[in-house]
Amino acid sequence: MIFGEVLKIAWDSLMANKLRSFLTMLGVIIGVAAVIVMVAISAGTEAAISEAINGLGSNLVFISSAFSRGGPTGGPQTMRGGLVYEDMTAIRERISGVAGVTVEQQTSVTVKYENTSLEDVMMVGATPDFPTVRDVRVEQGRFYNDTELERASKVVVLGKTVAGELFGETDPIGQTVSVNSIKLTVIGVMAEKGLVAGVDFDQQIYVPITLVFKKFMPAQFARIMGDRVRQIIVSVDPDADMDKVIEQITLLLANRHGVTLDSLDFTIRTQADIIATQESTTESFRTLLAWVAGVSLIVGGIGIMNIMLVSVTERTREIGLRQAVGAAPADIQVQFLMEALLLSLVGGLLGILAGIGGAYLFERLGGMRTVVLPYSIGFSFLSAALVGVFFGFLPAKQAADLDPIVALRHE
Amino acid sequence: MMSESVPIIQTVQLVKIYGSGENQVVALDGIDLTIDSGEFVAIMGPSGSGKSTLLNILACLDRPTRGQYILAGEDVSGYKRAQLAEIRSRQLGFVFQSYNLLPRLTALENVLLPLLYRREERLSHTERKEKALAVLESVGLADRAHHYPNQLSGGQQQRVAIARALINDPLLILADEPTGNLDSHASEEIIQLLINLNSRGRTIVMVTHEPDMARHARRVLMIRDGKLASDRKNGHHRETQSLASGEGRSS
Ligand SMILES: Nc1ncnc2c1ncn2[C@@H]1O[C@H](COP(=O)(O)OP(=O)(O)OP(=O)(O)O)[C@@H](O)[C@H]1O
Ligand SMILES: [Mg+2]
Repeated sequence: MIFGEVLKIAWDSLMANKLRSFLTMLGVIIGVAAVIVMVAISAGTEAAISEAINGLGSNLVFISSAFSRGGPTGGPQTMRGGLVYEDMTAIRERISGVAGVTVEQQTSVTVKYENTSLEDVMMVGATPDFPTVRDVRVEQGRFYNDTELERASKVVVLGKTVAGELFGETDPIGQTVSVNSIKLTVIGVMAEKGLVAGVDFDQQIYVPITLVFKKFMPAQFARIMGDRVRQIIVSVDPDADMDKVIEQITLLLANRHGVTLDSLDFTIRTQADIIATQESTTESFRTLLAWVAGVSLIVGGIGIMNIMLVSVTERTREIGLRQAVGAAPADIQVQFLMEALLLSLVGGLLGILAGIGGAYLFERLGGMRTVVLPYSIGFSFLSAALVGVFFGFLPAKQAADLDPIVALRHE
Repeated sequence: MMSESVPIIQTVQLVKIYGSGENQVVALDGIDLTIDSGEFVAIMGPSGSGKSTLLNILACLDRPTRGQYILAGEDVSGYKRAQLAEIRSRQLGFVFQSYNLLPRLTALENVLLPLLYRREERLSHTERKEKALAVLESVGLADRAHHYPNQLSGGQQQRVAIARALINDPLLILADEPTGNLDSHASEEIIQLLINLNSRGRTIVMVTHEPDMARHARRVLMIRDGKLASDRKNGHHRETQSLASGEGRSS
């Protein structure tokens, strides 16, 4: 039979029962829309996260101490291993292709100026490279320099919000604030940066890391541990070969720590690694969501099968008549398959529209970041088509197997 | 110039048994029958005697339990459903007592329905329409082409059904009580239409209860309890027969 005619007959029979056809499609519509919206939301979340990670600075390499879990005998944590302040200085002096190196040591402190007192302010101990590495700017005054780092000078750079809350209209530069009762001179105020990956940069204050070691850590602790740091952050020169730099750093640190390359006591991760990890978690989450939505597609398919079975019963006489005028069982089967397919395809198309519209609404009204991925449209539409063929098969077979005489007598 | 008749239908010991065991019904009990090209045959008999059963088998809608059915030289008794469908499409036209038009299609669409299932010499959309319109015109319903079945009288509906049976230019037209649902006037119209077709060479086999209708046929078969009880010719059609067979199967 001619394809165009099959299509037309199928279309006419769906249009003969518009409401019923629409209700039957609803399952597929919802399923397809759900797939698209869910994938869009998780892709949007992912995009927001990777933007946040990128906002931390560019071309970053994070070097962290590997946790040393004690000796083979299960003794106490050993002293061996871990990063020290001098590792950072060594990288800074000896590795080429490095734009900046910093460490970050956060401590919660209380900051006072005259009668104003701010509690739980995050004090970040870093190096003069911090603005380069973290991609932040000084707005007023200046950041501390190498000399101040070496001497552990009592200077502080304030985050925008902190400066505003302490000084209001007053010019903070040159003023003295007390941080946990230690007097520090304000030498700069940072430009506004805002919230990045959950950290409000404007709520922090910045001091030389050496000052943290000297004044803000218990003396005996520092004596035993040395000037330990949790993490060294390296910003690689955009023109330099990232892999080369990482290799050099690894060799340098392994050498300094006296460990072999097989038993490194630190780990090196790039920003790309972190984004990839993040992506793989959100991707598996997204896949899960897609499958959940896929289940609703199957439910939609069962709806189609149900209505198609009803339709075959209702149209038994018509089937008998078509056979009597020459339709072969295959013609009948194709006819009903086409109807099921059409239900699911039209449902799929409406579902795509609903999905895109839904994603848009989630973004506008729900304040959620959404990204409609083309693959989700293709995937859900294809699934809808498969659902139609799969669940249309049984009713179509049933129609084709009708005996013309029995069908013609049916009332 | 009595033409040498070509058998269109030939059955050998046709048996149809419904059900099994206790409920077994022998609907046809050994029918031997030969119908030649150009004949107009009426099948009569009491209710339940097996007329419809026989006609359904002749129409390739049903298969005999035993025996042979040779249609135009082709033994179709063992054919599969798809093959029978192909035979129905190519060689047969069927007219039902209850018209069996599809209610959602117009008269024209109903008539061209069989063309959609044709396997060879497929026609284009416009050709199909033209042909259906021509056939509708030949049954006198050109002006009702775009009416739906529920907008037509019973007699008109049956004429649409006859047009549908004709559209594939079949070897044979089978009609099961085509006038059964019609009043005498409409019945007369339908029978005239069939006579007309026959006079132009079409072979027709018609089941009927009404002697008035059977009178128009050239040959009347009586069936009783699934057996052929009598086979008599209505003499007064002789002249038209010779004329018709000369014309052959043109339409
Ligand atoms: N599908 C079937 N199953 C069982 N028995 C059947 C079936 N179809 C017909 N019969 C039986 O076969 C016999 C012949 O039936 P058929 O319909 O051929 O009769 P008929 O001569 O056409 O009768 P009527 O004039 O009433 O239409 C009847 O006894 C009927 O009960
Ligand atoms: Mg009957």
